[in-house]
Amino acid sequence: MNFITIFQYSFIQRAIITGIFVALLCSTLGLFLVLRRLSLIGDGLAHISFGGVALGLFLGVFPIYIAIPTVIIGALIILVLMDKIKIYGDAAIGIIASVGIAAGVILASISHGFNLDLLSYLFGNILAISIGEMYLSIALSIVVLLVISLFYYDLFSITFNEEYAKVAGVRVRVINTMLVVLTAITVVLSIRVVGIMLISAFIVLPPVIALQLAKGFKSAIIVSAITSVITVILGILVSFILNIPAGAMIVIANFIFLLLAIGYKKIASK
Amino acid sequence: MDYIIKVSELSFKYDSVYVLKNISFDIKVGDYVGLVGYNGSGKSTLIKVILGLLKPYTGSIILFGKPQEKFNSWNKIGYMPQNISLLNPVFPATVEEVISLGLLSAKKFPKIISNEDKQIIDETLDYLKISDLKKQLIGNLSGGQQQKVFLARALITKPELLILDEPSNALDSTSREQFYSILDELNKKNKTSIILITHDIGQIGKYANKLMYLEQSILFYGSFLDFCNSDKMSKLFGPDSQHIICHQHG
Repeated sequence: MNFITIFQYSFIQRAIITGIFVALLCSTLGLFLVLRRLSLIGDGLAHISFGGVALGLFLGVFPIYIAIPTVIIGALIILVLMDKIKIYGDAAIGIIASVGIAAGVILASISHGFNLDLLSYLFGNILAISIGEMYLSIALSIVVLLVISLFYYDLFSITFNEEYAKVAGVRVRVINTMLVVLTAITVVLSIRVVGIMLISAFIVLPPVIALQLAKGFKSAIIVSAITSVITVILGILVSFILNIPAGAMIVIANFIFLLLAIGYKKIASK
Repeated sequence: MDYIIKVSELSFKYDSVYVLKNISFDIKVGDYVGLVGYNGSGKSTLIKVILGLLKPYTGSIILFGKPQEKFNSWNKIGYMPQNISLLNPVFPATVEEVISLGLLSAKKFPKIISNEDKQIIDETLDYLKISDLKKQLIGNLSGGQQQKVFLARALITKPELLILDEPSNALDSTSREQFYSILDELNKKNKTSIILITHDIGQIGKYANKLMYLEQSILFYGSFLDFCNSDKMSKLFGPDSQHIICHQHG
């Protein structure tokens, strides 16, 4: 098969365009989350999205439309559990994530008809993205990336040191809330690309690769973004050629890049 | 306005344990206050309550003439926290990026670092003689170098009040002298008010015009010389301290 002809398939074009936008989103937001030791929030919110998707399928509504508000509400409850009830972050994420999964499983069991659809959300299928989903992903990605760039220094400040950020007049609670809401939207958008099971890797791996190579914070964001875009394109192409699931292939591509980055860092530091 | 800080009948407690009790004092423009006391005496807590990081149980705080809850001119205050050792060693920020965070308090939405700001960062690096560290990652620096970077971050807005929580901990003796003389110059030339938490009572006595001894409540607040002349010095620091410390500076 001619390599160029792959790009002529409209479903490949849609997959690559959507993948690039979602990759940029996950890798940028992921850096803030990883450095704040909130890597697992992506995983937790993905579990909540399982409940949201199941509810959408149960009600016969496009699942993403239900998953977005469900995950945002779940994310806000996690924040309340952490800030007000003083439950550890990882425990709060664990609690809400398992409630999300439990709700999804109950909904799936009481309506026997949509288990296959639910499975497609669990593992994602970027090659099956519709034009509508592509436009939705692009629009939301642009909005989220715009918000991140407008609040870049506030986000950078609370990521570096929350206490100091407060004294520098940063409205820490507002920015933290914004961060989890943006993460919630990002997680739901990523469902179709890598699936609920693998979202965490999509959010965590490119920033961790960047941390091996970066020479500064802005440079870390750029490296993370470039890595994620390259691995998404590679993952999609390889998965198409070898006929294996794209989401899993993207994660494996990221993992290989991570090993290369660690190797490079070791050699460079000698 | 004479007073930069006016604290009245302040108390703070964690659950049911009082950490600060009935604290009242004021700090005037140009004051250089050494805040001393044993570990756990409430020094850092007092600073955090003043800065709004912790909510007081009772009492009021006036900052630059405004009640602390309504105070928003954070660029007037430069703060250097104690826990620099808690810095994440793999955090990917350059010295320049870390110092730029000090400028946020003077900015409105959307916050952008301009070329002018970059020039101010360069000047501050130059002032503290750490220009060569500009592009280095903060996690790759020694403890002493990091202290200087955080001092630069605190100084970048040319604050009217500097609050430093045990700043000279990681410094060797030469850097420590240099550090104190920078603070002295800021205090004398620019009338920058300073609150400095320290265990180094001998050193601080050389520079500070006031000393506050804290142990849940304020046991002494006044000039260093008055402290030396009172019997509190030997009560708090032992019988030889008066001779050693006060003789040295008296």
